[in-house]
Amino acid sequence: MTPFIRIQNISKKFGKLLAVDDVSFNLERGELFSLLGPSGCGKTTLLRMLAGFEKPSEGYIEIDGQNMANVDPADRPVNIMFQSYALFPHMSVSNNIAYGLKRASLPSDEIKARVEELLRLVHLSGMGARKPSTLSGGQRQRVALARALARRPKLLLLDEPLAALDKKLRSETQFELVNIQEQLGTTFIVVTHDQEEAMTLSTRIGVMDNGKLVQTATPNEIYEKPETRFVADFVGDISFLEATVIERTGKYWLMEAATPIYAIGSSTLTSGMKVSLAIRPEKITLTSQSTGHLNEFPVEIEDWAFYGAGTQYKVIGPDGIKLKVYQSHNQPSHANPRHLETGFVHFSPDATIILEG
Amino acid sequence: MHSLLQKFGRLLVIWLPLGWLGIFFMLPLVEMVNVSLSEARRAVPPYNPAFQIGKDGISFQPVVDNYLLIYEYWEDYLWPAVNSVRLAFFSTLYCLLFAYPMAWWIARSNKSLQHILLVLILMPFWTSSLLRMYALIGLLNPNGVINDFLIWAGITVTPIQMMQTDFSIYSGMILTYLPLMILPLYASLVRLDNSVLEAAADLGAKNWDIFRTIILPLSMPGVIAGCLLVFIPAVGEFVIPALLGGPEQLMLGKVIWTEFFRNRDWPVAAAIAIILIAIIILPIVYARYQDKESIS
Repeated sequence: MTPFIRIQNISKKFGKLLAVDDVSFNLERGELFSLLGPSGCGKTTLLRMLAGFEKPSEGYIEIDGQNMANVDPADRPVNIMFQSYALFPHMSVSNNIAYGLKRASLPSDEIKARVEELLRLVHLSGMGARKPSTLSGGQRQRVALARALARRPKLLLLDEPLAALDKKLRSETQFELVNIQEQLGTTFIVVTHDQEEAMTLSTRIGVMDNGKLVQTATPNEIYEKPETRFVADFVGDISFLEATVIERTGKYWLMEAATPIYAIGSSTLTSGMKVSLAIRPEKITLTSQSTGHLNEFPVEIEDWAFYGAGTQYKVIGPDGIKLKVYQSHNQPSHANPRHLETGFVHFSPDATIILEG
Repeated sequence: MHSLLQKFGRLLVIWLPLGWLGIFFMLPLVEMVNVSLSEARRAVPPYNPAFQIGKDGISFQPVVDNYLLIYEYWEDYLWPAVNSVRLAFFSTLYCLLFAYPMAWWIARSNKSLQHILLVLILMPFWTSSLLRMYALIGLLNPNGVINDFLIWAGITVTPIQMMQTDFSIYSGMILTYLPLMILPLYASLVRLDNSVLEAAADLGAKNWDIFRTIILPLSMPGVIAGCLLVFIPAVGEFVIPALLGGPEQLMLGKVIWTEFFRNRDWPVAAAIAIILIAIIILPIVYARYQDKESIS
């Protein structure tokens, strides 16, 4: 079976700059896929190629079996929601939403019914006559969404859909967006630089760096099993330890990183190999006394920051190795551990991620 | 002390130009109304002011004879008025048609090119308008550069009559007034967000549709401003038609000039000018009023 959306070996050059470098991935119908990466990584260029505003230098895009190479933006079964929303300022909310329907020359009563339906969908019923300038940021975002959905696109592209909203509104809108996507079953591609947004929204995430798609996986896999140092670092907080492989001992590999560390790893490792060990802050436990766990060593506490639900520590271990440690306040003993100046940390061998090379 | 100085500075910045406008723009206008309501006489000045502050105190004795005179001989003024309004209307229309694509092209160029193009647009203003008109005559004359070239190239045997035609008049008008149309159009087009145009294309609009439904409505303030900037001075224009047009093209500006300098009838000249101002301003006020209505 051919995939619903196939992006095959797409590259885009602007002069000498290679903005998108040989990107391939497929999407199934109804997926909510995020393109995640820092600004300038090429994710927006890729989105613009999907919408048809840029022509790929190499490669091709297929949507529902149809090659998009020579299809104008106006004729693609794709619609885009711009980061700036790009609402038509001189038109009412209803006319904004109806714009694409009128281009399709639908009968006016059908347009009217569809606009009403979309206004209901984005909870803006009764606001149809308003001008965009009289709406709040959140309302404008929903008008933009309704307008982009009006033509029932096979693929909806969303460029930083939540970036212009404040934090509280952003998390509400996130759920709203997922709701609408599930309700309609439309395939979404969201471009974002916000890893939290990508995590909460998507069924799958593609992480981009420097024009390349470096990893495509579910949010859980991206977080727990990053394949490169870039992905590990970009998605969530993490600490790195440079280590040398010593030997295999039973289930685990013994490593040397200023202190002996047991880690879980594949059998491709060999003695003497240099690797990076990555550990998420919440997988490390900080105690005032030694507990005799595996992978335990003494640390000095350099700094801490109170986050309400927990506290983040910066600690320094033997040989100056630096770690970030996050202690949730879910246990009374952890509620106020700030007086510590020295302590012990330990983490399970299963919590480590081994990044080769 | 510092804030006092600032406050004073702010007042100065606002009130100095306002005062200037009041003295040198409003007062002459009031004076012109005054003259138009005065009686003509053979003296210096050649009228008996309706409003006077003199030895006998303040007196105000307006006469409407000048307006009645214009009303009585309305046919003498109607055709120059029609000529002037027609000239202004078509000059505005042609300027708009020429200026829109140019303004669009400038607004869509990259920033550094934009500055160069804008300077080029303004360059004709650096030479005297009269000089430019004589240069145009040099081009369009029966023995001018263009005809010389056409005869040399064998395209025509006898010179083509270009002077003293609508073509020569409107060439001069466009040459003079085009920058006044381009600048406000450019100002409104350059603010157009590219993603708004892309959104229209994404929603299925083709080029003409995008222009009709998005670009034109959003540039309407520039269109209106440009049309006013061209139309208003063009109505009073009489030098360009006099230099480039035939003798049959009598303009209202020329009539006013004749009344002032040949007949030395300042009150009638002032009355014509006042009527002209009223003809121009009333539609604008009406348009503004309509605008406010449609917003609320």
